[in-house]
Amino acid sequence: MAILGAINPMLTVGLEGDKAWRLADYVKRGGYSALRRILEQNMAQGDVINEVKKSVLRGRGGAGFPTGLKWSFMPRSFPGDKYVVCNSDEGEPGTFKDRDILRYDPHSVIEGMAIAAYAMGAGRGYNYIHGEIWEIYQRFEEALAEARAAGLIGKNILGSGFDFELFAHHGYGAYICGEETALLESIEGKKGQPRFKPPFPASFGLYGKPTTINNTETFASIPYIMNLGGESYLNAGKPNNGGTKLFSVSGHVNRPGNYEIPLGTPFATLLEMAGGMRAGRKLKACIPGGSSAPVVPAAMMMDCTMDYDSISKAGSMLGSGAVIVMDESTCMVRALERLSFFYYEESCGQCTPCREGTSWLYKVVHRIEHGHGRSDDLALLESVTTNIMGRTICALGDAASMPVQSFVKHFRDEFAYHIDNKKCLVPVDVQRAGSGFFTATV
Amino acid sequence: MLTAESLQRIDREIAKYPPDQKQSAVMAALAIAQEEKGWLPNEAIEFVANYLGMPPIAAFEVATFYNMYDLKPVGKYKISVCTNLPCMLSGGVDAGKYLKKKLGIEYNETTADGLITLKEGECMGACGDAPVMIVNNRRMCSWMNPEQIDKLLAELK
Repeated sequence: MAILGAINPMLTVGLEGDKAWRLADYVKRGGYSALRRILEQNMAQGDVINEVKKSVLRGRGGAGFPTGLKWSFMPRSFPGDKYVVCNSDEGEPGTFKDRDILRYDPHSVIEGMAIAAYAMGAGRGYNYIHGEIWEIYQRFEEALAEARAAGLIGKNILGSGFDFELFAHHGYGAYICGEETALLESIEGKKGQPRFKPPFPASFGLYGKPTTINNTETFASIPYIMNLGGESYLNAGKPNNGGTKLFSVSGHVNRPGNYEIPLGTPFATLLEMAGGMRAGRKLKACIPGGSSAPVVPAAMMMDCTMDYDSISKAGSMLGSGAVIVMDESTCMVRALERLSFFYYEESCGQCTPCREGTSWLYKVVHRIEHGHGRSDDLALLESVTTNIMGRTICALGDAASMPVQSFVKHFRDEFAYHIDNKKCLVPVDVQRAGSGFFTATV
Repeated sequence: MLTAESLQRIDREIAKYPPDQKQSAVMAALAIAQEEKGWLPNEAIEFVANYLGMPPIAAFEVATFYNMYDLKPVGKYKISVCTNLPCMLSGGVDAGKYLKKKLGIEYNETTADGLITLKEGECMGACGDAPVMIVNNRRMCSWMNPEQIDKLLAELK
């Protein structure tokens, strides 16, 4: 079990045991009651969307866009096919919450998608699952088969006359497919290259039809919102930051894993839940929202609460809720070098500033790390990032730039030391001990 | 080119999409072809394209874009190690070094007996379980400390 702790949880209640993911167990803990009630009462579509709006649920994939508002963009009277798509292409370094939702509670995603489809009048849906988690994809297929056999998806759901077909699509290793229009291209059987917007997916989405894409955790939250009522859900978090959220804590902590906490919980509490810092070392910095979010130094981070507004005030983003914790054994240049390599590797190559710029960023950070840095390299990094940002079709270019800007801003001395002294401020053996991998020398 | 069983699996994938959107099954079909052949030779990609009624170049675009497709032969077992930042902080890079030393190969190389190919992977979405590695795109191995790696290698025959 990788969901290791919770405060006032909703999403992760009752998920202990091997069979918790099965339909029978999900129904026992109240599953599908929201969908059933909506269909039995023949609830107005607008009322469902209003409930979601009231909850102030914000997209859990990274952008934090209000879900209810997104749903209201779908043309409800459009006569042809419409789609709902779940984005389970979780590949943002640091994020591993959707994998656990699909592993332990796949039916909450299915129910959430069915409710969304009802509210927006969509007849078909796809769940796009990250390529590297084959076992989870297989489980989702099994959960779908259970739901289909029980008449919870398919034709004439629970005798209501509402039809909704849902399928799983398995990715095959491309970070960029987490971008919603790249994901749609990928489902269409193409290279995952983001589309120029507008038109937005709500008017021109999958196969050119109106489509709404939400994150796995977003869909999983929907049944709870419909059962509790939007207002109670909102109150479980804090104003403008409704509900609870899963945080994936990784890096230098004693108990890396997923934790469900109300939005607005202090970072210090989350860190304590994750067992505190490994080997008693001191916190150096934290990336609070997945690798694309700007890094925040320890002192600032300890003052933050875990919600969209507080993290944004600290100059970063809550993003997907992926909290990467780094202690004093971390070389910030090396950490940035690895992140920059990732964006260089994963740039889809469509826009020149991103394709060429991510390569420049990696090469410059690489040479600083390896003792070949030049005195004007920090200015060069700054100039490359400003020439990428805002000049590309999608946000990957910005995502590659923000770590560079924030690492250099907050840890400038460490970069300068590398350039001047051709070596790291943090001794190599301290870095090596940090990972905890080697118990004996190899 | 592909066995009846593989074709049956591909047909099940095609059925997930609207009848005029067979191309949507290309990712799954290529993965199935790779599973059968061990890697993706050009003929397999072309076969899949023809089977789905799409231009072969479009299938080549897909096969070259997504990094879990192997366009060159690999060992019987392909081990992809995640070395991205969260994994690195918990030993991902060290796990890669340990494997390289044990197997006597670098990333993107195969052992002389053709048994194991080593790859450096990108984020597998399992950072809490670091170090993580995937065997043959399918089996995720978590918390791979030196003992666990030894155990895995002993098992891969």
